[in-house]
Amino acid sequence: MTDTPRDMQKKAAETLETGERTRACRIYTPQVDIIERKDDIVVIADMPGVDETSTDITLEKNVLTIYGRVDTNELKDHKLSLSEYGIGDYQRVFTLSDEVDRDKIQATVKNGVLWLVMPKATAVKTRKIPIQAEGVGGVMKLS
Amino acid sequence: MLWSEMERLGRVFDPWRQLEGLNRPVRWATLPASVDFPPTNVWVTEDNAVVTTEVPGIDPNALEITVVKNSLTLRGSRMAEELKEGEAYHRRERWKGQFTKTLELPFTVESDKVEARFAKGVLSIFLPRAEADKPRKISVKSE
Repeated sequence: MTDTPRDMQKKAAETLETGERTRACRIYTPQVDIIERKDDIVVIADMPGVDETSTDITLEKNVLTIYGRVDTNELKDHKLSLSEYGIGDYQRVFTLSDEVDRDKIQATVKNGVLWLVMPKATAVKTRKIPIQAEGVGGVMKLS
Repeated sequence: MLWSEMERLGRVFDPWRQLEGLNRPVRWATLPASVDFPPTNVWVTEDNAVVTTEVPGIDPNALEITVVKNSLTLRGSRMAEELKEGEAYHRRERWKGQFTKTLELPFTVESDKVEARFAKGVLSIFLPRAEADKPRKISVKSE
């Protein structure tokens, strides 16, 4: 587990495999926390400037894409005198494993934070692999 | 630029660094490598300043905004999700902790008229310039 950084930086997304977008706007990589719980996996993404209507979540095969559009309402009469973050859309792509129940993924956006709850598939939840003992108390022989 | 970001606590004052800052034009392309949370942009005109800051997931009521003369201080915190037993982080990138950030504005602010708005995880603070601080035109009388 890595520690969260003391400083932070809004990272520009690297060139996507799907190629560039036609709209000329900056794209940032949202910072995420991913938590595995007993019954689900939760993705929490910081996407300030985004609400539920401007967020797109698509799942194609096992590729989950999060996209958030942000209005770049720059102030025209004002001069930018301190600039610590850029404004642009957000995109991040994750590859899901088979253990997610695709039909039951739930997403909510509150205060610029996306919560994506992905329930685990029931087969995965209950699957336990029994380990059979071979010859109780015996000494393992090296062949 | 008439003013610069107030030196962060703990960082050694470096006059050369300050000089570099004076020469550097503020553009989106020259974003600092890393900044203190929350990242902030400051927009100014002669009469007012607009400070926007990205604070996703923060309860706006728990944010403390104070204005004294020409300095603006933001205080708040963002805590990590409490994990229950059997839960684990896969990724942990989002910033967490307590923050205090002080910005120096280019003029004295009319503190009674400061307004703050919070939407989609972005806080915008409108700071009008104090009447007494505004530049006065002095007409020259010819005798």
